[in-house]
Amino acid sequence: MSPAAAATPILKASHLLGIEGLSVGEITALLDLGDEYVALGRAKEKKSPLLKGRTVINLFFEASTRTQSSFELAGKRLGADVMNMSVRTSSVSKGETLIDTATTLNAMRPDILIVRHQDSGAAEMLARKLDCCVVNAGDGSHEHPTQALLDALTIRRRRRSFEELTVAICGDVAHSRVARSNIHLLSKMGARVRLVAPRTLLPADAARFGVEIFTDMREGLKGVDIVMMLRLQTERMTGAFIPSMREYFRFWGLDREKLAYAKPGALVMHPGPMNRGVEIDSAVADDIEVSLIHEQVEMGVAIRMAVLDALSRGLAQQGRNTP
Amino acid sequence: MSNRRTVFCNARLIDPATGLDAKGGLLVENGKIADAGPRLFGDVDRADPEVIDCKGLVLAPGLIDMRVFTGEPGSEHRETLESASLAAAAGGVTTIVVMPNTDPVIDEPSLVDFIRRRAQATACVRVAPMAALTRHLAGEMMTEVGLLMEAGAVAFTDGDRTIANTRVLRRALAYASTFGALVVGHAEDPGLADGAAMTEGEYAMRLGIPAAPTAAETMIVERDIRLVELTGARYHFGQISCRASLENVAAAKQRGLPITCGVAAHHLALNELDVGPYYTFMKVKPPLRSETDRAAMVDGVASGLIDVIVSSHDPQAADTKRQPFSQAAFGAVGLETLLPVALGVHHNGSADLLHVLKALTAAPAKILGLNAGTLAKGAPADLVLIDPGAPYVLDPDKLHSRARNTPFEGRRFQGLAMKTFVGGECVFDREAGQ
Repeated sequence: MSPAAAATPILKASHLLGIEGLSVGEITALLDLGDEYVALGRAKEKKSPLLKGRTVINLFFEASTRTQSSFELAGKRLGADVMNMSVRTSSVSKGETLIDTATTLNAMRPDILIVRHQDSGAAEMLARKLDCCVVNAGDGSHEHPTQALLDALTIRRRRRSFEELTVAICGDVAHSRVARSNIHLLSKMGARVRLVAPRTLLPADAARFGVEIFTDMREGLKGVDIVMMLRLQTERMTGAFIPSMREYFRFWGLDREKLAYAKPGALVMHPGPMNRGVEIDSAVADDIEVSLIHEQVEMGVAIRMAVLDALSRGLAQQGRNTP
Repeated sequence: MSNRRTVFCNARLIDPATGLDAKGGLLVENGKIADAGPRLFGDVDRADPEVIDCKGLVLAPGLIDMRVFTGEPGSEHRETLESASLAAAAGGVTTIVVMPNTDPVIDEPSLVDFIRRRAQATACVRVAPMAALTRHLAGEMMTEVGLLMEAGAVAFTDGDRTIANTRVLRRALAYASTFGALVVGHAEDPGLADGAAMTEGEYAMRLGIPAAPTAAETMIVERDIRLVELTGARYHFGQISCRASLENVAAAKQRGLPITCGVAAHHLALNELDVGPYYTFMKVKPPLRSETDRAAMVDGVASGLIDVIVSSHDPQAADTKRQPFSQAAFGAVGLETLLPVALGVHHNGSADLLHVLKALTAAPAKILGLNAGTLAKGAPADLVLIDPGAPYVLDPDKLHSRARNTPFEGRRFQGLAMKTFVGGECVFDREAGQ
């Protein structure tokens, strides 16, 4: 079955702002669709004409190489016209407000706006103001739904089911949108989630997420199936939340010794970009037996194609510019 | 460590860790306590060289002083670890907990290691280093609590500095709690205490000395209790000195917070009037308080609300004390007067001997997690033989400390350390004139 043929609606909402509002059915359908796009991405002819004629705008207020290029490639593989706008080239640097920038772009009649912003809630605000589909590509410390979806797709392809799985999310949970989205998704899908971090990098009420909290990494990794490392924002961490890189690596950096506490055959993930020698040891990161880091990047393109596909079905349903 | 046997007979054994206070004997083997109890060595040969006849004096665990400033490294003219250890031994103190306020500040694992090696090479008592809670004691960036603990730091403190930035302190407490580390705080609001040399009140007013109210202490006590409640960190107030602070600590303990506190010996024995005619040896940090506050501190020790008594030993060279009062350095030496001052609380009927000794032995050992402060089998034979009734007058020239800035010159005391043992070895013998 080709992806384009399956035109049944997948998402109830016309935006993808976070995982928190998604149902298990919606997530499962997106992952199923993602699987199909993995197959397409591995074929010689990687393109589909599904979004031909559609305009996708990448609006990135925060620097990002991997997410932005992943969305760009996803849009292009589906035949859309993709425009990249980064903050340095936009008029935001000339003092324009977020709303003004977005409404200006809106007047260009894009179909899908992909937005990353340093403030939590920015994507939500744009979705309320604009009449195109909005995809949250990361807002502040709130959510990064496509990252959680790609992580889930990576896990599901290796482990089939989320039930019975224990996943440890390790590192700067307090500031991480990746962590929040993954906590929501993995919990919804039936996995047990643990958070492992020093107290300064855990939100005060982290247990309210229904997860287990560990400050000792060895304890936290005991018997887990998946170790999900988070990136430490080294530039604003030192001295404030952790005393030094060397202490962080010593107690919370993933090396072979600590990984040995996890279940035999446990897999390691990282959303990238990695700080080698800070949160992860090269020996682990580069071990193709345990590291899924490159697979995550491949799944990223596939899941973003799935998301664009799903949202375009909504556009078609609304009867807006139906192809 | 000694690998021979030593028998202590005819002693009044006091072990505050177990509540034991009875006549008996104690056996030391290989530097450790092999046995202790009321029935031991009733009929031992007292001429045996391995036998020490205690002649009915008190044999107790060696004292643990949780607050000692030295000048090593950086100001060795004030005090070295060696000279501080000699003063400690003469005062019956077998473990000194040294503050990180040196030059350089003890804020690096390698410097903790330095202190431990220096102590091993030069000191005759045990030295347990505290490390800084913030780098350079600047109150801005937290230190490597995990690595410092591995290096041997027993607690984390900025010594006699209060961290002004509450966000920094909150994070430092939260981070320390990750490791179950003990944080020791100093309670003096930096704004109010800046430039103050006495406690605000009538006497400071008459002397015309810049002063800070006791509220400068109490509001930091209140603040830090709130932050402990937020973070769950183990927290010890290095020293409190006024009644209102004690009331706050009492309420915090009542609520089950992991909070303990200490008091400096001089705050039990002296009040602001002892400053007399601008006597700079009476200038301490926090300053001497009113008689009401002093009495409240004694009551606090008696009731157990105050967990430990410390010397707050802070040696100062003569030139920094021979100054106009407001310019003179803060601090008083106290290792050799810690025991006699604390015994005063017993002699004046406020508390029994066992209770007073607990605040100098078992209580600090428990707070710091040290294997000391007890007469239990297997514990290191760190012991002090105390003559609790011996009268004497304090002569500063006979102090072992490198500095002479004692506020107790000429004071009459009752009670002395006669012999001090570390790991079974005698490190001080008053009769031998060591």
